[in-house]
Amino acid sequence: MKKILIGLAAAMAVSASVPAMAQDKTKACFIYVGSKTDGGWSQAHDIARQKVQADLGDKVETSFVESVPEGPDAQRTLERLARSGCKIIFATSFGFMDQTVAVAQKFPDVKFEHATGYKSAPNLATYNSRFYEGRYIQGVIAAKMSKKGEAGYIASFPIPEVVMGINSFLLGAQSVNPDFKLKVVWANTWFDAAKEADAAKVLIDQGVDIITQHTDSTGPMQVAAERGILAFGQASDMIKAGPKTQLTAIVDTWAPYYEKRIGAVADGSWKSESIWDGLKDGILTMAPYTNMPDDVKKLAEETEAKIKSGELKPFTGPIKKQDGSEWLKAGESSDDATLLGMNFYVAGVDDKLPQ
Amino acid sequence: MGLAESILLTIATAATPLLIAALGELVVERSGVLNLGVEGMMVIGAVCGFAGAALSGSPWIGVLCGVLAGALFSLLFGVLTITVATNQVATGLSLTLLGLGLSGLIGESFVGSPGLRLPNLYVPGLTDIPLVGRLLFGQDPIFYISILLLIGVSWFLFRTRTGLTLRAIGDSHASAHALGIEVVAYRYAAVLFGGACAGLAGAHLSLVYTPQWVENMTAGRGWIALALVVFASWRPMRILFGAYLFGAVSIGQLHAQALGVGIPSQFLSALPYLATVVVLVIISRNRRLTMMNTPASLGQPFVPER
Amino acid sequence: MRFELVRRPERSALFSALSPFLAFGLTLIAGAILFALIGQNPVNALYSYFVEPLTEIWSLHELAIKAAPLILIAVGLTICYRSNNWNIGAEGQFIIGGIVGSILPVLYPEFQSPLVLPLMLLMGMVGGAVYAAVPAFLKARFNTNEILTSLMLVYVAQLLLDWLVRGPWRNPGGMNFPETRQFDAQAVLPELFPSSGRANWGIVFALVAAVLAWLMLSRTLKGFEIRVMGASPRAARFAGFSAKRMVFFVFLLSGALAGLAGISEVSGAIGQLRPTISPGYGFTAIIVAFLGRLNPLGAVAAGLLLALTYLGGEAAQISLGVSEKVARVFQGMLLFFVLGCDTLIHYRIRRVAQAIAPSSITDTPAASSSEAAALEAGGTGGAR
Repeated sequence: MKKILIGLAAAMAVSASVPAMAQDKTKACFIYVGSKTDGGWSQAHDIARQKVQADLGDKVETSFVESVPEGPDAQRTLERLARSGCKIIFATSFGFMDQTVAVAQKFPDVKFEHATGYKSAPNLATYNSRFYEGRYIQGVIAAKMSKKGEAGYIASFPIPEVVMGINSFLLGAQSVNPDFKLKVVWANTWFDAAKEADAAKVLIDQGVDIITQHTDSTGPMQVAAERGILAFGQASDMIKAGPKTQLTAIVDTWAPYYEKRIGAVADGSWKSESIWDGLKDGILTMAPYTNMPDDVKKLAEETEAKIKSGELKPFTGPIKKQDGSEWLKAGESSDDATLLGMNFYVAGVDDKLPQ
Repeated sequence: MGLAESILLTIATAATPLLIAALGELVVERSGVLNLGVEGMMVIGAVCGFAGAALSGSPWIGVLCGVLAGALFSLLFGVLTITVATNQVATGLSLTLLGLGLSGLIGESFVGSPGLRLPNLYVPGLTDIPLVGRLLFGQDPIFYISILLLIGVSWFLFRTRTGLTLRAIGDSHASAHALGIEVVAYRYAAVLFGGACAGLAGAHLSLVYTPQWVENMTAGRGWIALALVVFASWRPMRILFGAYLFGAVSIGQLHAQALGVGIPSQFLSALPYLATVVVLVIISRNRRLTMMNTPASLGQPFVPER
Repeated sequence: MRFELVRRPERSALFSALSPFLAFGLTLIAGAILFALIGQNPVNALYSYFVEPLTEIWSLHELAIKAAPLILIAVGLTICYRSNNWNIGAEGQFIIGGIVGSILPVLYPEFQSPLVLPLMLLMGMVGGAVYAAVPAFLKARFNTNEILTSLMLVYVAQLLLDWLVRGPWRNPGGMNFPETRQFDAQAVLPELFPSSGRANWGIVFALVAAVLAWLMLSRTLKGFEIRVMGASPRAARFAGFSAKRMVFFVFLLSGALAGLAGISEVSGAIGQLRPTISPGYGFTAIIVAFLGRLNPLGAVAAGLLLALTYLGGEAAQISLGVSEKVARVFQGMLLFFVLGCDTLIHYRIRRVAQAIAPSSITDTPAASSSEAAALEAGGTGGAR
């Protein structure tokens, strides 16, 4: 039996090594840090990949590797993808940054795109989403809906991305209610439904009546639904987990961006850029505004429209830092570099930022 | 609902899966078998529990599926370590690896589908008693099962003849065999019981704790259950204490954070593990006590000689 | 009718040689069935797994990179387990080795000298060894179960690393992202053949450690002591060997090797500290140690095989779109078959018509000898 199998394997080796690829297809490849069905970050990228495949049909061939640990494994995976004929490779986790830089250097003819990073090269672009724009809208809604004037925030890790979100949420809330308070709990995980649920229970027990999260599971949404309070979804529309609970959610919608960039590779117009798209570009969208009265819904929609038109920039002065010192003068808007390296709270956060 | 009451309820929910899985592993280890695959069996129980509930529409059928799947999965471990006499440490670790992969495969189509929650108990009148009503009469059914299991395991191990025999096997399988005891049959039964308990603990996660299926949703709780067995020096009542202490510390560190205590959260997260080490040391300092309870032939394969 | 195992008077040379092939054959068959069930051409899938990663030079380099930490840790664990001491916390020692070894390049980047790299490696080993000394001390002094303490310390090490790279050791020029500064060239473990791939000196450390450990175990008095201690603690006591000193010796040794693996990985393959520096190498190495039948040279083969299944899993995902979970299930099956088949080295299968009543009461020496024999089967399957 074994001999037969080995013989078969040898025979098939020849056919397997012949690449069966049509010439006019652009091969686009993705590498995910989580599983493609993780219900959060990686799944959002894979949904986008499937949409790309469906929309572009014969013009594109997509391929992916999931659950790739950050570090040396990522470098190997990227290299294997580059060698397998991928024309453009999307590295979808911050932790893949240096590995992507190294492999991009080695394969100058392949285009690389790194999500949420800050290192680029002639064949390596970076892309990110202004998630904080959505958090500002959430803050506005929270301040309108909360009876106690206090929300609970389940945070993952104190990186600039997350700190930015906390600040933006609070600034949005303060635009409605200047005394709005925010309690922060660091779950130290991106994805542990039970632990996130525990964090939600703790925040509710301590008196908040609105929960928002920067972790990816629906655990907190379920707890909020059980306890009869309101909550915001994260990464995907979580309305199924809380039909009477979810106010809105920040939904990662990468597909338009991916289609644009793959198209650029196909017609030769691709160039390396550092892209930080927002609500107006469709890289993130707000789930329908639900479980709120019409006037709040109207305010949320107006806020969204103002952000899209550029009339409203969430980080616009006057803003004080948590320690009381002035950060932005009235009318002054923060530059992107400060935001991308943000490591301080604005005034009003009831937490000490882990350093 | 008062703050103290709701904190206690949160702790009870966090402690229940640990208690159940640890009780199962306790019986396994008392029979002299060390199954390091608790995490794997638990995650299999979680996915099969969720799948059973989703497909049948009944969370109770889900619980049953979780229990059966955990037991079935532990049978694999049993066949290898008891019948084929492979090394228990390596087989247990491999079981965890296989369980994590297999559960991901089974659960692929269930990710993101809304879960069914096992309803909490409600006894008119009793559940509404202030302060203690919800704690005593308003929790999820698996909480009550965990308490019954605790009493049952204690009674079985220390009050029945079969329990005595099981402990004798754990202390010296060779002597037990010499006395005509069916060592292999006892160990199979113990391993299956441990698997069923781990499966039930997993089902608690996917049907009560957070009614949903996500990959790796056990997130290391199987390992903590293993630690609890030693923490408890193989005594059921101490597992109760350990599981609730562990639950209290992990919930307490979140409360400390929400109150704005400025300690790096990593240190707070490390507390439960350090606490376990310290308690392990305190318990094992008393040599006589440890020796009395530790199954002497733990981890050693047994093959009847004739 | 049922089957039972009968212990062979001595280990079977035939099955010793045959068992890996038998296990591999069974894995191929079971794998073919698995792939057919999920609608894949079994031959293509198996080819992606076991052949494709070996067809290119760069991929062989990657195999060496993946296998090096597994082998290095497993060699230390092999010695530890042979002496009947159960260090399950190599993952933590790996991480602490990475942290301590990185003190120079992270905190004193201005210290430029050819000594930096050797010092880093040394400090990594010391770090791993000291961290392993904790469960060893607790076991020797208080008789605390080392499996559990070493395991708990893994989580503590992970959180310590997390805190360091997000806090005090964070790269000042790194936009506040959780990672340390990149190591200077002098602090990076050199590549062996930079022209063809990026394999570094880590694999050389692993192979040297394996050979030295094998020599020690089979040719020296210390090795004899370890083997006696594992096979029969009672005999070791009669021979005057100190169990406590042995606990320290094997834990420090396995900790130092795990620490060396940690700093080699950080310095060679990663080039900086990050919140996670190991995708579970310390745990996977436990399986590698057993797959290698607790023989240091066996660990080399087992480490390479396991590394191949990781690479193969990725190849199958890329070329066939096979899910990563299938790769993990397949890996689990391989492990079970190898573990199961190795039993045939020490036991043969006998078919019995019906259950026979257990033999009459044996006297104490016989019972204890059977216990020692049973222990030996699990603990010391390796070369003697």
